[in-house]
Amino acid sequence: MRIVQAAMSALGAVDRSGAGGATRPEAGERRAAGRPLVIVVGNPNVGKTTLFNRLAGARGRVGNYPGITVERRPGTLRLGGAGEDVELLDLPGCYSLSARSAEEQIAINAVLGLAGNPAPTLALVVVDAGQLIRNLYLVLQLVELEVPLVIALNMIDEVEDEPPSAAAIARIFGVPVVPTSARQGVGLDALAACLREQVSRPPRGRVAIDYPPALERDLARVAAALPPALRASPGRDRGLALWALMSVDEHDELRDVDPDLRAACLAVRRDAGARDLDDEVIATRYAFLDRHASVLHARVDQHLRKRAASERIDRVLLHPVWGFAVFVLVMLVLFQALFSWANPAITQVERATGWLQEQMAAHLPEGLLSDLLREGVVGGVGNVVVFLPQILLLFFFISLLEDSGYMARIAFLMDRIMKALGLHGRAFVPMLSGFACAVPAILATRTMERQRDRLLTMMVIPLMTCSARLPVYTLIIAALFPPAVGWVPVQGLLMVAMYLFSIVVTLAAAAVLGRTVIRGEHAPPILELPPYRLPDPRSTLRMMLERAGVFLREAGTMILVCTVVLWALLSFPRPSMPPAGEPTEAARQHALAESYGGRLGRAIEPALAPLGFDWKIGVGIIGAFAAREVFVSTLGLVYGVGEQDDEAIPLRQRIHEERRPDGRPVYTPLVGLSLMVFFALACQCMSTLAVTRRETHGWRWPAFMFVYMAALAWAASFLVYQGGRLLGL
Amino acid sequence: MTLAHARPGERLIVEKVGGERAFRRRLLELGFVPGTPVELVGVAPLGDPIELLMRGCSLSIRRGEALWVSVRRAAGAAEGCCDAPPPAPTLEAAVTPCGSCRRR
Repeated sequence: MRIVQAAMSALGAVDRSGAGGATRPEAGERRAAGRPLVIVVGNPNVGKTTLFNRLAGARGRVGNYPGITVERRPGTLRLGGAGEDVELLDLPGCYSLSARSAEEQIAINAVLGLAGNPAPTLALVVVDAGQLIRNLYLVLQLVELEVPLVIALNMIDEVEDEPPSAAAIARIFGVPVVPTSARQGVGLDALAACLREQVSRPPRGRVAIDYPPALERDLARVAAALPPALRASPGRDRGLALWALMSVDEHDELRDVDPDLRAACLAVRRDAGARDLDDEVIATRYAFLDRHASVLHARVDQHLRKRAASERIDRVLLHPVWGFAVFVLVMLVLFQALFSWANPAITQVERATGWLQEQMAAHLPEGLLSDLLREGVVGGVGNVVVFLPQILLLFFFISLLEDSGYMARIAFLMDRIMKALGLHGRAFVPMLSGFACAVPAILATRTMERQRDRLLTMMVIPLMTCSARLPVYTLIIAALFPPAVGWVPVQGLLMVAMYLFSIVVTLAAAAVLGRTVIRGEHAPPILELPPYRLPDPRSTLRMMLERAGVFLREAGTMILVCTVVLWALLSFPRPSMPPAGEPTEAARQHALAESYGGRLGRAIEPALAPLGFDWKIGVGIIGAFAAREVFVSTLGLVYGVGEQDDEAIPLRQRIHEERRPDGRPVYTPLVGLSLMVFFALACQCMSTLAVTRRETHGWRWPAFMFVYMAALAWAASFLVYQGGRLLGL
Repeated sequence: MTLAHARPGERLIVEKVGGERAFRRRLLELGFVPGTPVELVGVAPLGDPIELLMRGCSLSIRRGEALWVSVRRAAGAAEGCCDAPPPAPTLEAAVTPCGSCRRR
């Protein structure tokens, strides 16, 4: 491997002489107390995150942009020796800085330190050596904005027979260039050294692009309308004017654009007449880059070997028959893993929680505090940890799929189907995961680029039949329906019907919500199909740990709090002086009936009566908010048969025999059907709501999710029960 | 003709990208500027989207959007690879070669 260490000593003069001279004042002020901030930017799929991880080591954390669910990962780079550490910030991948939505605006805000973002000392631009021209388009924009930057010419190992010339890039843009291979750990020391050197005297590149004279006049007009706070130097003002002209129009969704600036952009666009400004800007930039292509040795055939191998693989994986066969197989493995492989670990977590609770019951003095610790705190921690096996497994697979490049192929294969739902191909894996559990599935929506797509997918995932609904269905079906009538397997058919019902409702809900509440801008997907690469185990491990960590820290606390609240609801007020000795089932039944939860169940009975439910079912539904399967054990308590699982014969018997005051059975098959429909549709899961809150940064969307699903559930159960009664069932 | 009408394996030159501003700006910024060679690599098994090879990079867009991209057939596409005459002296020399050797 030939490593071209572009010596940048000669560039010092260029940097220093850059127009504007001093760094932006706000940059100096805001970072004065802190460490230098280096933001890591680049196109998607250029190994940006791998490089970040290599530089930041294990110290990186996952954070979030205020208000918007896009990852911002801060980390620290120990420069060693010099005594100064550098803060690293990993930004989401982007092809360009021009923006249409508030989401795309993140890039420009982070790069320039606007909208409350700290101004970076330096930008580390990660560039794919095999896709040089397209990657340099982003570099060009940054240089035009006079952002101090260092280029990491990454994936140099993939073009080792004829690498592009780092020195030529450095010469054209006037910034340091370090060839690296983040995956192989090549060039990292040189990059760290370069960063160490440059943070103290940020290199500002220079590039001379000759836009058409008419466009230059337009730019001057827009630049004149820049608010004083944004002005820095003539060069940067021109860069900002370019950004504004490319981004602002009548329909953009940008935030906090100065009204004068907006008016100037719109006026210039109006006056442009037949000229197309976007064409002029972009074509001029690409003409500039292409003119230098031969100097840079940026030849597309460098990727040929990798590309040719990928095409051979694609011939199978995108084949109408074999492609789908492999796809179904991969999805089966993923699904099986979530459904079955996670089970032993889940059982262990539940067993450990139970064991701990038993030990506490045996060794702690009886009383309110020990109850709280046992049922609320330990139970709550158990409720959180129990999700970890599935989350770790799902992100293990997602990381492999993403890093190998197969995730893009899944999107390519499934796009036609997902398009019908108003979604695109990338929504498929999160939706499928929803059949196992909505919590990891909602976390998995991060693989989608657009906020609107993520939101829509999140809102419908809880409608999929997750595994927690199965114990409820099993109990009801086994207790109220005959195994078979004649040769028709009633119980099995009902189970299948519940799955089909949930799929139909999910698809319908996506179609309706996508056209109403979560409409969003029509943005046709442009999907890159990266060459196949071998996944890096370090990245996989890191992704699993990161996702699990975020879940534990941020959704976990909420689940814990909810568990304690639910426990309190079902245990207070405490029965006066329990009789000596072991509390009997009758005493526990009485205490539950008199608890706030029990009273709440009675209070909501009028609302549930039209669905065919009595107050005891209401208490079960309240209890099921902890997790749907808790419905079964709560019913066990309500009926005084002890905590039960869905296989328990006494509970089934009891349900079968339960009578209303007038002697009619509470549970008819029709009530059972109504109850199952209710469970299929209602958002009876605090963990889902907690994780939605974490992913959407606020209560608005979880509240919407809860309300729309509850309304849907009530209406559907009402139709089933009242319709069935009209039919004389 | 438009990209949606091209046959798999065909070598083309971008003439104009139309459609909504957000879409066309994204395509242009990815390098779909007029004069750029592009190859229709294939079509997804369900008939949509389509896969394109441009500047050595595989991209996929839906047929509905491909209707907005007008293209012409590359001159000398039939002759084989690597010696297609570049339409302009600057960029294409570096970008054109071998596009057609890799047709499926």
